[in-house]
Amino acid sequence: MKPFTYEKATSPAEAAAAAARNKGAKFVAGGTNLLDLMKLQIETPAHLIDINDLKLDRIETTANGELRIGALVRNTDLAAHGSVRQDYGVLSRALLAGASGQLRNQATTAGNLLQRTRCSYFYDTNQPCNKRNPGSGCGALGGVSRQHAIIGVSDACIATHPSDMAVAMRVLDAMVDTVRPDGTTRTIPIADFHTLPGTTPHIENALAPGELIVAVTLPRPAGGVHVYRKVRDRASYAFALVSVAVIVQPDGTGRVALGGVAHKPWRVEAAERAMARGAKGVVSVLLADARTTADNAFKVPLVERALASVLSEAKG
Amino acid sequence: MTEFDAKRRQWLKVSAATAGTAAVARQMTGEAQAAPRDVPAPFATPVYVNVQLRVNGADHQLLRLDSRTTLLDALRERLHLTGSKKGCDQGQCGACTVIVDGRRVTSCLTLAVMQEGHEITTIEGLGTPRNLHPMQAAFVKHDGYQCGFCTPGQICSAVAMLDEMKAGMPSHVTADLTKHAVASAAEFRERMSGNLCRCGAYSNIQEAIAEVAGAKR
Repeated sequence: MKPFTYEKATSPAEAAAAAARNKGAKFVAGGTNLLDLMKLQIETPAHLIDINDLKLDRIETTANGELRIGALVRNTDLAAHGSVRQDYGVLSRALLAGASGQLRNQATTAGNLLQRTRCSYFYDTNQPCNKRNPGSGCGALGGVSRQHAIIGVSDACIATHPSDMAVAMRVLDAMVDTVRPDGTTRTIPIADFHTLPGTTPHIENALAPGELIVAVTLPRPAGGVHVYRKVRDRASYAFALVSVAVIVQPDGTGRVALGGVAHKPWRVEAAERAMARGAKGVVSVLLADARTTADNAFKVPLVERALASVLSEAKG
Repeated sequence: MTEFDAKRRQWLKVSAATAGTAAVARQMTGEAQAAPRDVPAPFATPVYVNVQLRVNGADHQLLRLDSRTTLLDALRERLHLTGSKKGCDQGQCGACTVIVDGRRVTSCLTLAVMQEGHEITTIEGLGTPRNLHPMQAAFVKHDGYQCGFCTPGQICSAVAMLDEMKAGMPSHVTADLTKHAVASAAEFRERMSGNLCRCGAYSNIQEAIAEVAGAKR
């Protein structure tokens, strides 16, 4: 780990300003991903801004009936919250499918959105990686790519976004609320929050330097049956090969988002028009532009089968 | 002289001129000898902080702690509480699990400086050889270990896990999210998946946990 200076911020605006003031600064909350990457010197912040005292750890229902989740709400608390379990079951299920009990106690809502890929070539500093070291190449292309992305990929990067939570938030149309170093705030729809790799895989989201997530807001409950299905190599404590988040209404219409297949939670609203007619039609649109490798081509039929299974479960 | 040698020599010169103490100089030389990276390491000296930790009911003042020190390293190397183990140092094995404010966490993935003002409980604070915590006694009775390396983490995790169940926290295998989870072997296995045991003592660990859970009900 490289040496760093450390400060505890006392307000969101102050934290964002401190980040703008200190070159190479990073926010730290749970630290479960950042500290791991710092030990490997993949992340080398010169300054850490501890945001744990910002009092962004509340879950509140707004006057409009939306659910506002503070950036520092721990994954455990979000999954166990009464309103989430009752009205946003897909989110609770996605959180509980991720990590371990210990990590969910530490990891935060905002940190989960910002976690970095678990691509083994990103983690191995002896390997080329355009995300870790722009311009050095991609070890995964032509390498062992069983875990990697099949859609929205580029010649520079085929990494996936590892979050389960973010997939549920995508299907729920969540909004990400932020504060910028100049004190102004903005709201970023989750659809626009994470980015595709293109030629700049080191850029992973829409945040500007120093911009701090303060909350994630879920629209009023969408109703329907919520299911999150995660397919992985172990029954627990493993990242997804593919995951499927659905909300299905009584008339068979609904929404679907995928995890484990792209650089961001993958959702194509146009594909959802075919929901009532089954998985095949949905996946033919959802993964129309899939670009697979020999190692991960299995993910296309796996998505279709997982979705078919989930839709049949949702029918009850 | 290769380009790397030239850069390294120049860097060492800067280090020697700036280093204030022998200890710092040693550390920096050590770092310069580490494997070369794509980009030369930025010149940086360790940053020291004073940290007050509350562990097992006692306050400890840690002076001049390197800001990089994890909670695990502070517990083991500064407070000599060596029950918490360093297995993977990546949050994957659970051997370093301690309880912070009643919740189990991996102490390798948090910094000591971030834990000021929190109540930390390690395996040493749960029980003593003469006065075992019920979970410790159950692990002994059911032979819930072979080499014992993962055991302190398993026990801290199990104790906090049962509290999570009591508080009604759901898990991945809880059938109905709107109902209180019911204690079962499937629930314990899922909830303990963050603690690995290379010896494979899982079945005995599960029996120990089940017994304590039963005693609590």
